[in-house]
Amino acid sequence: MKVNDVILQTVTKIVVFIIFTFAFYLFFAGHHDTGGGFIGGLMAASALVLLYLSYDIDTISKAIPINYRTLIGVGVSVSMLTGLGSILLGFPFLSHTFEYVDFPFFGEIELATSVLFEFGVLFTVVGGTLTIILSISEDV
Amino acid sequence: MSWVHLMIVLPLLFAVFIPLLYKAFPRIHTGWFVLVVPVLIFGYLATYLPMLANGGTAIYEIPWIPYLDINFTVFVDGLGLIFALIISGIGALVVIYSIYYLSKAREALHNFYVYLMMFMGAMLGVVLSDNMIVLYLFWELTSISSFLLIAYWYQRKQSRFGAQKAMLITVLGGFAMLASIIMIHNITGTFSIREVIAQSDLLVQHDLFLPAMLLLLLGAFTKSAQFPFHIWLPDAMEAPTPISAYLHSATMVKAGIYLVARFTPAFGGTPEWFWIVTFVGLFTLIWGSLNAVKQRDLKALLAFSTISQLGLIMSLLGMGSAALYFNPGDQGVQLHAYAVLAAVFHLINHSTFKGSLFMVVGIVDHETGTRDMRKLGGLMTIMPVSFTLAVIGSLSMAGLPPFNGFISKEMFFTGTLSAASLDIFNMSTYGAIIPVVAWIASVFTFIYSIILVYKTFLGKYQPERLEKKAHEAPLGMLIPPSILGFLVLAIFFFPNVVGDYALKPMVASIIPSAAGVFDDYAISWWHGFEPELFMTMAVVAVGLILFATLNRWIGLYNHMPQWMHLNNWFKHGLSGMERGSHKVIDWHMTGYIRDYLMYIFITIILIVGGSYFLLTDFTLYTENLASISLFEIVLALVLLGSTVLVMATRSRLTAVVSVGVLGYVVALFFIILRAPDLALTQLAIETVSVALYLLCFYHLPKLKGRSEEEGEKFKIGNFIVALGIGSLVTLLALSVNGYNLFEPISVYYGDSYDLAGAANMVNAILADFRGFDTFLEIVVVAIAGLGVYALVRLRLEKRGGTDESQ
Repeated sequence: MKVNDVILQTVTKIVVFIIFTFAFYLFFAGHHDTGGGFIGGLMAASALVLLYLSYDIDTISKAIPINYRTLIGVGVSVSMLTGLGSILLGFPFLSHTFEYVDFPFFGEIELATSVLFEFGVLFTVVGGTLTIILSISEDV
Repeated sequence: MSWVHLMIVLPLLFAVFIPLLYKAFPRIHTGWFVLVVPVLIFGYLATYLPMLANGGTAIYEIPWIPYLDINFTVFVDGLGLIFALIISGIGALVVIYSIYYLSKAREALHNFYVYLMMFMGAMLGVVLSDNMIVLYLFWELTSISSFLLIAYWYQRKQSRFGAQKAMLITVLGGFAMLASIIMIHNITGTFSIREVIAQSDLLVQHDLFLPAMLLLLLGAFTKSAQFPFHIWLPDAMEAPTPISAYLHSATMVKAGIYLVARFTPAFGGTPEWFWIVTFVGLFTLIWGSLNAVKQRDLKALLAFSTISQLGLIMSLLGMGSAALYFNPGDQGVQLHAYAVLAAVFHLINHSTFKGSLFMVVGIVDHETGTRDMRKLGGLMTIMPVSFTLAVIGSLSMAGLPPFNGFISKEMFFTGTLSAASLDIFNMSTYGAIIPVVAWIASVFTFIYSIILVYKTFLGKYQPERLEKKAHEAPLGMLIPPSILGFLVLAIFFFPNVVGDYALKPMVASIIPSAAGVFDDYAISWWHGFEPELFMTMAVVAVGLILFATLNRWIGLYNHMPQWMHLNNWFKHGLSGMERGSHKVIDWHMTGYIRDYLMYIFITIILIVGGSYFLLTDFTLYTENLASISLFEIVLALVLLGSTVLVMATRSRLTAVVSVGVLGYVVALFFIILRAPDLALTQLAIETVSVALYLLCFYHLPKLKGRSEEEGEKFKIGNFIVALGIGSLVTLLALSVNGYNLFEPISVYYGDSYDLAGAANMVNAILADFRGFDTFLEIVVVAIAGLGVYALVRLRLEKRGGTDESQ
């Protein structure tokens, strides 16, 4: 069954970018405001789900050739490696640190290693959610 | 981190690279790369020998989980280091041997060497760890790697059976040992073996002393194949011969001996320890040697012989523990610690001669295609080098000069005679049994040693019954057993080199009060015409007579009653347990999620509800509650309405949407209560999960025998459980407000900006303070994702593809 829902597809094209931007904002806002890797990941996943719903799996899989199962592995590995990094420097597993750095033009920005850890969370959430949804919907 | 730590983890780290090397260099046998590891470890650890000879020890510590008193502490003393040298030394020889034994074209070498390195690292960890929990971890790792190695040729049914049997028995013992470790920790308050030994008096007087000791010994006896747990060892012979030589004769089975030796200073000197260790050892000694005589498979013969020799060492350790009964400096210390000296000497000797014998048997198997002694014979002229090595190994095992087994066997007799003369522990009544049992077992040891050589290499050559044309093995395969054979001779002629550098430090570790008492003692093979020499001469005489008349009495074994075959016990026990667990699982695992929910809810109601009503009385505190606004009342009504709708509706889709409404309302509550993080997460999760539920429920087949129009019948049982769990949770939530049992931990997170540089406290907790929780949560997400994928996808592929089990 080929669905051709013009209104949904047109809206999706625009809305998806808004959702992605919001997800991006949520992810980086996490340190001081509401947001974080988990919610950012869920938001990004919902944008992708919207794409899959309004078009079909084949089209989107061609446009975004990401293997979500690999993404899960990447996510968990990134999180684990940030934890191992602290071991190499002689701190307990998963110790984080932060530093305020002066950037030209942007001014002073706080850089925290927990952002790297949150990247892993984000990837895992996106990968996990979409693996589940796609494998169930492909099963039909 | 010290170099010794690195040596323990080196094999484990190297194991990661073995498959890569196997892939990258297909033309070079992977064993050559692996060989570097044991050689390196042996070379490094040997540098500690002079320190030991001077009575020194070394200790290195890495904190691991300090607040649980679990640290990766390495303790280098005589006992541990000599074991480690045996492990790495024999390991190196076994790797060389395996290079010629296992064909690089046919065998899965990468698996083999990964398992072997896993084992080597684990075994080094066992003998060098001071922390009992770390020791336990390595201990179980040896069981697992042994399982994998026995099942290396997993296509064979016998291999799988043997691997499973070994695993079940040794892991059973491992669990018992863990229980014992926890008991010891309760008594002494430490996991460090050295500190436990220092508190030996406290341990021995405690009520838990006997259970802790019995459980510890259960671990040691299962691992070291002591009666009645020895039944796994003959079946473990399904492993490739290098593995049998390494794990099941030289190293892993000696882990139990190591454990007994290591804990002798803590438990020894008590009658219970003395009696159990001595007599289990003696019984195993005689049982193993009696059974070895009737075997027809060469490896089975060696397996029973190993069981018997392990029993010998075990019984010596038991007899030697009597030395701890005496005050330091007493005459009795030296008299009985002598048995321990004999034990560690025989341990080293056994590793040399049994290792070489296993390798020779492997050569025979490799070059003739059979290990059945009825088909073999007359190989002496065809395989002269192997024959010589077999003679050296066998005669050493039989306890004849000029081989190292002779000296340690004489020392064994001395030990039994000293033990028989003990006037403590009720020994004056039963003591005389010990030398008698030891002598009878030695006669049978002599017989099976002769059988091994005679039936294989002498007698009539029967080429028509062999699968291959017999010829001598390649040089590389002969080198490792030759080195061991050379050691057998060298130790006989220069026993005091081993004595000074290895045995005396080992005795000092096992019997601390005997440190130094043997300083002036020189091991010698000639003591004059002592009772021990006459015992040996009688062994040879009676053994030769019995061997000559072997055919007349070997039939006696067939009259052994059925119940004495312990393997039947194991088989029936195992199948009985399988049937039992089948019944239990089939009874409650119905496959319906509603049944499982019932179990979960009923359990919660019984345990939580029960303790709630028994321990506390319900009181509703209202003074610290905020006032309820109209908006909240409306939300609560919507919540109630959608809940009722979930139950009342007949359409699945309506139910899913109502659950979604429930979730959104909860998110609104979060907003009112000023928890934006929670609200946002709740909204996103709700959106994604409603989409997922709709997807699933839309395609879900209708339940059998029910149509959507009829709806669900009212079930009173379900209603009661639902009502119970609902009211329980409500009551709990209401009463939680009134109690403040602990200081709230939220105070700590209050200054998250200073601690983690994050103004958002929730996220600081997630990423910084409790990062490990978050990490495990994403692992759960990963497992869930991959699990769903596997469930959905593999089922689909199986339908069209091939079934793997065929």
